[in-house]
Amino acid sequence: MKFGIMITEGPYQHEASDSAYQFTKAALAKGHEILRVFFYQDGVLNSTKLMEPQADDRHIQKQWSALATENGIEFIVCVAAAKRRGINDTVTADGFKIGGLGMLTELAIEADRVVEFRA
Amino acid sequence: MLHLINESPFESKSLDDCLKYAAKGSPILLFEDAIYGAMAGTSLEEKMKGILADHDIYVLKEDLAMRGVDQLIDGMKEVDCTGFVGLVEEHKTASW
Amino acid sequence: MNEEMEENEEMAKLMIVFRTAPYGSIYAFEGLENVLIMAAYDQDISVLFVDDGVYAIKKGMDTTATGIKNFSPTFRAMEAYDIEKVFIDRTSMEERGLKLEDLVVEPEVVEAEAVEKMMEEQKNFFMF
Repeated sequence: MKFGIMITEGPYQHEASDSAYQFTKAALAKGHEILRVFFYQDGVLNSTKLMEPQADDRHIQKQWSALATENGIEFIVCVAAAKRRGINDTVTADGFKIGGLGMLTELAIEADRVVEFRA
Repeated sequence: MLHLINESPFESKSLDDCLKYAAKGSPILLFEDAIYGAMAGTSLEEKMKGILADHDIYVLKEDLAMRGVDQLIDGMKEVDCTGFVGLVEEHKTASW
Repeated sequence: MNEEMEENEEMAKLMIVFRTAPYGSIYAFEGLENVLIMAAYDQDISVLFVDDGVYAIKKGMDTTATGIKNFSPTFRAMEAYDIEKVFIDRTSMEERGLKLEDLVVEPEVVEAEAVEKMMEEQKNFFMF
């Protein structure tokens, strides 16, 4: 099946990004196609390479980046949400691209399922 | 329709809101803090049993384990993340 | 993905569900942004207000004292974008002390039992 994922919550504050990551990994393992992961609202904060968590915890951005590059998944960071929160393409990590909200509509048109992970 | 609930039913109205609209027989998945709704011996147990009469309730294993919850109300179905994906294969999802 | 989409002439049924009150969080604002973006894609769009989302379309909003952008007038623009399928859950509206004349748009009133069916009919929907 063609899946889309939407994340509207930032890293560490809430489990939403972790849940979305685990779900996406499990969907890939089951052979599903992930058309796009859309990072929206505070979810755009998952994309910053300036993130420096403590060494004994998971690195949320690096986890996501590895998933994108190893599987060729498109990660879109909503441009308007990003600008509001000080995120632009000088801080986004590997695998994340800035894109318009229309790409969420396109995902809804194209995907068999869009799963939302939120606070 | 698979209804996704991620907030503790002690703190949030999400589960109640969802139940106003959920058709009888539609499954519910409790994950993140919502898993406390599946725990045995709480003041919500009777209410949750009532919901189980009309809905299958699935609980995410990884979130149960992380929170040290292993005693569940009879009838709660544990699924791992792969099982979560399986439920989404079968149903559209509503994230409350 | 874009190439595949151009081949697909059929309109998708898409819905935005508002279930959060405005201003206390950004969700209602973002819901409205999505409605307007979706309208540009010429799809079969529905909009549904449930729970605290009914407050997003209450008349009389004045945000001058807080400086937060008042997005209430934008809801009125939905009609200009040819979005005609606008619904509100009766119980949510009544419980929250609102009547149809209190709203900036004129939604069709639906019962709670109809909501899951409306969701099920969509290709995909988003809740804000």
